[in-house]
Formats: sequence, structure tokens, C-alpha cells
Amino acid sequence: MATEENKNGAPGSGPQSDAKAPSQPAAQQGFIYLPLIAGWLVPGAGHFLLGKWVRGSLLAASALGMFVTGLAMQGKLYTSVHDILDILCMAGDLGNGLLYFFSRVAGWGAEQVQTTVGDWGARFIVVAGLLNVIAAVDAHNLRTGRKS
Amino acid sequence: MTYFPAVLLFALFASTVFGITQRETPRGMIRYGIYCFVLFVGSAIVLSWVMFFIAR
Repeated sequence: MATEENKNGAPGSGPQSDAKAPSQPAAQQGFIYLPLIAGWLVPGAGHFLLGKWVRGSLLAASALGMFVTGLAMQGKLYTSVHDILDILCMAGDLGNGLLYFFSRVAGWGAEQVQTTVGDWGARFIVVAGLLNVIAAVDAHNLRTGRKS
Repeated sequence: MTYFPAVLLFALFASTVFGITQRETPRGMIRYGIYCFVLFVGSAIVLSWVMFFIAR
């Protein structure tokens, strides 16, 4: 507490203390939710914004790899919902951010699951979205200082 | 693609994300990532054998 007070110019600290207070790094300035939103929209972008290049690259490769593998397995992209399980799967798909919307516009993914491998592919796409959300929340925690 | 390569890919991608997001130090990330990978693949093998014996 005393250290914090001194940094903030508490009585007795003097002008020298203010000059020595560490300035915020550039990555820690600006809109606090930017890494969260960027990380959701583009896999790994939240970590890239914070200068965590290796972590961001690995997270992007994982989310993208899972998504592309799912599409290659003729997995289904959920576009309409009929029951509670469909709603949950679509929520997972939405976690992919721009990848999901771009894939829908491009017409990628199967209309219906017709093979067992296609069913696994649909799960891969859903889990890719969930992993991307976890990565985006991690970027937010780095931004707020909850994690170093 | 057969079932086992799909399991390996799933485990690789998921354990990478878990390792990076759930630990703070690079050493901890690698250890936890490997731990998750082994658990994913190991549990798939064990459950496969359980289902094999149940189906007999």
C-alpha cells in the first residue's frame, strides 16, 4: 500500500517519485476490450495486439487448424437452429468470429451431415470456436493484468 | 480420415490452447499442454477398449 501511495504522489514522496513512476506500455493503453474483440474476430489477433507473437501464432494455428480440418471433413456450419442442441452448436460456431461469417458467405461446409466423418467435422468446427473464445478471454486477461 | 488421426489432431489443437491459456510460464505451458494431450489420447484409447468389451 505504501509503495502504491508513493507512486501516486502521496505526502512526502516529492516530485522525483512521479518522474520515476513506470509509464504504461503502449499495448496496455486504449480500449480495454480491444484484445478480446480482436481475438474473437481473428484467431490470435488479441495476443498479437499485446505483442505476444509466439502465443498468438500458436493459438491462431490451433484454432485455424481445427476449423480447416473440420471443413475438410465435410463438417456442417450451423446456419439455422431447430432445437437446443443446434443453438449450442451455433453458439460454438459463432466463436470462430470472421471465419464463420466468411465461410457462410463463401458457401463452405456441408449443408447436412451425411457421413460419420462429417459429424466429427461439425464437432471440430464447434470446438474451434470454443477454443477461439478461450484464447480471446486469455488476451483480455493479459490486457487487464490478471495474467502475465 | 479414420478415428485415431482425428483424435490425435483434436488432442493436439485443444491441448495447445489449454496449455497456453491455463498456465503463466512457458515451462508450465509446455508441461500442461503435454499433460492434456496425454489425457485426451489416453482416455480415448481406454474408452475405446471399454466399448469394445461392452459390445462383445
